[in-house]
Amino acid sequence: MALNIEQIRKDFPILSRKVNGKPLVYLDNAATTQKPVGVMERITRYYSEENSNVHRGVHRLSQVATEEFEEARRYIAGFIGAGKPEEIVFTRGTTESVNFIATVFQQFIGAGDEILITAMEHHSNLVPWQQLCRRQNAAMKVVPVNERGELDMESFKNLITSKTKMVAVAHVSNVLGTINPVEKITGLAHDKGVPVLVDGAQAIAHLPVDVRRTDCDFYAFSAHKAYGPMGIGVLYGKEEWLNKLSPYQFGGEMVDQVGFKETTFNVLPFKFEAGTPDVCGALAMETALKYIEKNGIENIRQHEDELLEYATRELKKLRGIKIIGEAAEKTAVLSFVAGGVHPYDLGTLVDQMGVAVRTGHHCAQPLVERFGLSGTVRASFGIYNTFEEVDIFIRAVRQALDMLR
Amino acid sequence: MTIQEKQQQIIEEFSVFDDWLDKYAYLIELGKALPLIDEKYKTDQYLISGCQSRVWLHAEIKDGKMILTADSDAVITKGIVSLLIRVFSGHTPDEILEADMEFLNTIGLKEHLSPTRANGLQSMIKQIRLYAQVFKLKATPKSE
Repeated sequence: MALNIEQIRKDFPILSRKVNGKPLVYLDNAATTQKPVGVMERITRYYSEENSNVHRGVHRLSQVATEEFEEARRYIAGFIGAGKPEEIVFTRGTTESVNFIATVFQQFIGAGDEILITAMEHHSNLVPWQQLCRRQNAAMKVVPVNERGELDMESFKNLITSKTKMVAVAHVSNVLGTINPVEKITGLAHDKGVPVLVDGAQAIAHLPVDVRRTDCDFYAFSAHKAYGPMGIGVLYGKEEWLNKLSPYQFGGEMVDQVGFKETTFNVLPFKFEAGTPDVCGALAMETALKYIEKNGIENIRQHEDELLEYATRELKKLRGIKIIGEAAEKTAVLSFVAGGVHPYDLGTLVDQMGVAVRTGHHCAQPLVERFGLSGTVRASFGIYNTFEEVDIFIRAVRQALDMLR
Repeated sequence: MTIQEKQQQIIEEFSVFDDWLDKYAYLIELGKALPLIDEKYKTDQYLISGCQSRVWLHAEIKDGKMILTADSDAVITKGIVSLLIRVFSGHTPDEILEADMEFLNTIGLKEHLSPTRANGLQSMIKQIRLYAQVFKLKATPKSE
């Protein structure tokens, strides 16, 4: 089913504003997406009518807030195909989700053990593991990426050994757009008894996510890259794993019995949610994911694929453009460089023309360096982008190149 | 020309353009025209941190006056640094340390730069002032 993009755009008030005197063309969706009015209304409604602390009050409002909060958890579990709501832990976002696992996994990592990541990881799925390895005298191994921006699966098979204790991999690369074969990766890892954490930050709003089909052990994502609010995200973990892990943070809510000598901890998922959670954020995330569901993730994917294909074709017509990331399976992330032009200069000028793109290493420095670069220009698309916007973007790039060369 | 007069001149040059794209075009022109820095100074030692693009800045003192040269791999950055060089190069460390930076606000550069670029500009100014301080210290005869 084709989406009615004109109608969808009306749901996003920010899209009608001007930037630098020009209509905004927002192509930085891989950094964060804009929010539909329903999400904003949900936030307002929560604080106008429902605000109360969860899981503790005897009063009516607290009951309502608790029910809504737990309903959000149930919905989100269903959205990603989790078996149980208890497997959904609310965090501040993908980064905290990864840090959480990299911290509590320490008990299973010893000297000489290995963590396997890939060369296309965002810093947030790299540095936590690197620091874990440093603390435990373990080694971080890296699966290389080929010229097209795909994982070298032969290397992956060789790098996963009896010493490997965790595989951490992006579902989708934030720089290249590459969709990694996470199902296959999980299968190979599980053959060796190794758990897998998938960083789903760049996938959640663009692809169907089914954690049970993927069979990954952990899946992390943020609401703000999926039309939801900033500051909240999810760590999905298989129940058997979450039960095995020690708490990440301590405080209220996550405890069962507290004494000065000893404390016992609450059940899942509360064991991992110390302190007052971002109730409003969880409700707004639920609304955002329902917005995706309403439009249909397959429809969104098809629309974004068409935008990517068109933008790639048009961009390639310009002189001296090199696309970084030409994997067979891609989401609508378009990274490129222009011969003789610094990405930063190009980004600055297209911004003057109202087009928001990102430049630099995109928090994936080792990956960008692997392509012999210090940065790229990245245009990334979302549900509300149009072919006319692609035209404006291409015209802006062409004009900027004329000025810079 | 004093630092103040040079700043005034730049303000007038920029006031000709209404559209920021034209101001950028002018910065690009200035960037392209910036005299090349001696290759031996394009090392990490002269690299200014805090910029998304790389900027090398070299300073030396000649007859009590600071001579600045610079380069960058991004041409707009080069244009910005060329403004600073035009304003400060050829002045004494004292003059540089006393100068205010109001002209950058007046031409709207500061508010118009992206946060990363504004940081970079701040780092360049800091580095120039640091050079001036060092040269000033070196020039002052040590007291007993």
